[in-house]
Amino acid sequence: MLFYGTELSSRLMLGTAQYPSPEILADAVRAARAGVVTVSLRRESAGLRAGQAFWSMIRDLGVPVLPNTAGCHTVKDAVTTAHMAREVFETDWIKLEVIGESDTLQPDMFALVEAARILSEEGFKVFPYMTEDLVGAERLLQAGCEVLMPWGAPIGSGKGLNNLFGLRALRAHFPDVPLVVDAGIGLPSHAAQAMELGYDAVLINTAVARAGDPAAMAAAFRLAVEAGQIARRADPMEERDMAVPSTPVLGRAVLA
Amino acid sequence: MEHSGSEQAGRPSGARPRVLVRGAGVAGLVTAVTLAERGADVTLVEIGPRVGSGASWMAGGMLAPWCEAEAAPPEVTRESVDSLDWWDAHVPGVIRNGSLVLAPPRDVGEIARFARRTSHFEMVDGDAIAGLEPDLGGRFGKGLFFPGEGHVDPRAALCALSDRLVDLGGHVRCDAPPDEPDTGYDRVVDCTGIAARSRLSGLRGVRGEMLLLRCPDVTLRRSVRMLHPRIPVYIVPRADHLFMVGATMVESENAGGMTLRSMVELLTAAYVLHPAFGEAEIVESGIGLRPAYPDNMPAVTREGRTVYVNGMYRHGFLLSPARARQAADIVFGAV
Repeated sequence: MLFYGTELSSRLMLGTAQYPSPEILADAVRAARAGVVTVSLRRESAGLRAGQAFWSMIRDLGVPVLPNTAGCHTVKDAVTTAHMAREVFETDWIKLEVIGESDTLQPDMFALVEAARILSEEGFKVFPYMTEDLVGAERLLQAGCEVLMPWGAPIGSGKGLNNLFGLRALRAHFPDVPLVVDAGIGLPSHAAQAMELGYDAVLINTAVARAGDPAAMAAAFRLAVEAGQIARRADPMEERDMAVPSTPVLGRAVLA
Repeated sequence: MEHSGSEQAGRPSGARPRVLVRGAGVAGLVTAVTLAERGADVTLVEIGPRVGSGASWMAGGMLAPWCEAEAAPPEVTRESVDSLDWWDAHVPGVIRNGSLVLAPPRDVGEIARFARRTSHFEMVDGDAIAGLEPDLGGRFGKGLFFPGEGHVDPRAALCALSDRLVDLGGHVRCDAPPDEPDTGYDRVVDCTGIAARSRLSGLRGVRGEMLLLRCPDVTLRRSVRMLHPRIPVYIVPRADHLFMVGATMVESENAGGMTLRSMVELLTAAYVLHPAFGEAEIVESGIGLRPAYPDNMPAVTREGRTVYVNGMYRHGFLLSPARARQAADIVFGAV
């Protein structure tokens, strides 16, 4: 699966916020063998382009950077931040976040579609952070997006995949669009589950950054993503309501 | 201004090394006092108008070796357990009433996480919290009490250290030129924090924002840390019903004024701790750039005859005594 024409070296995307130190962040990125790292411009810049020292550390990780518009609440904010990201990181990739509600940090799908349209027309390759909404997904594709990033649960909540039905439906409706579960993953088992559902990648931040040993947790996520990916390719069995004996019953002396 | 507390300055080097310490923040002052106590002839120069012109002035002054273990490596705790004794022996006003860790109702799960990563605390229930801090009675049902911790008013402490240095025969000179010549000194100790960025590779600034509130309706006997999923906010009581509320951690070297978002976050923490903070007067808002290395740990390094003490990050008051000893060992050739 290609993300805007690029094959990623791994299907684990790692966020760079909230680590105890840049050194531990670098250890975690290595342990995760992350295919992409995301970085927030707004949160770490305090209004001016003053996060240079941290940003150059991110660039030095040697992993493709996907800047994000975390903390943006309007189309205008998000577009401005995307412009700044393109300049700072010399990439036209942008993870587009437009937050609509502050308790759940739920994406504002209406503003998201509008911002995605503007940025796509300007040549950006937009990775939209969205709810698992089918119609919204369709609109984002029409707006020019070639990747979709539905949430598993609210950002930082660690609740895993809250709406399995919705995520499955999205996968079934858009079999050829790269899909990434972004946000809400708390444990490696959640990441494996997303990959088993047929998702193409997962994006993790808090679950690694806030673990007691971020590098060890990053390694656990790497293994889980790999396990889920292999399992998906191996074509898992179907779930059933009743037991199915694994040895034949016919021919036994007693059929009780 | 120049203070000279003794006539011993001009002695030939050898018997009594002459040391120039650059930067009168917490690292510079603690190092200068440590060197003077071990017999060095110390001159401390500061480019700002007074001691503590940089990030140290905005510090919380929490002396919390065990709480810091939540996010910092174990060395921070190991190297700072005797830090309270050092401060107590060197400046007046060290408060050793322990510290309290609480969480707003929606983040109460964070207490268990904090407890798993730290030690030397007692789990406290609502009654115990009310016993420790009567004004917080009935407001919190669960918390952690770290009896061995304390705090100090950083500004008073820095000024007291400056006086102590003068008493020990040292010299303190503020408004010094940045290129103060180091001729005539045996050693130079550079403690200039973020200003040394161009000389020390890997050093970066981490922006911190703080507020000073005056609230006659609230009395606290110890610092309180409010757990928050993103930033640890602490409220440190000072004299005269002043409270320091800090501090944000932003990966930015922007030294401009405090942002509205940061102010809202800090004020919310104070308001959640006690609604009477709603009536508090906002006395001051401040920002500082904490100097930090990539591992967020302070380091003592040496280049030629200059010793660098830098990268104090969040731990200036906690770790300066240990780092100053290391720097002094190098200056006196013990290492």
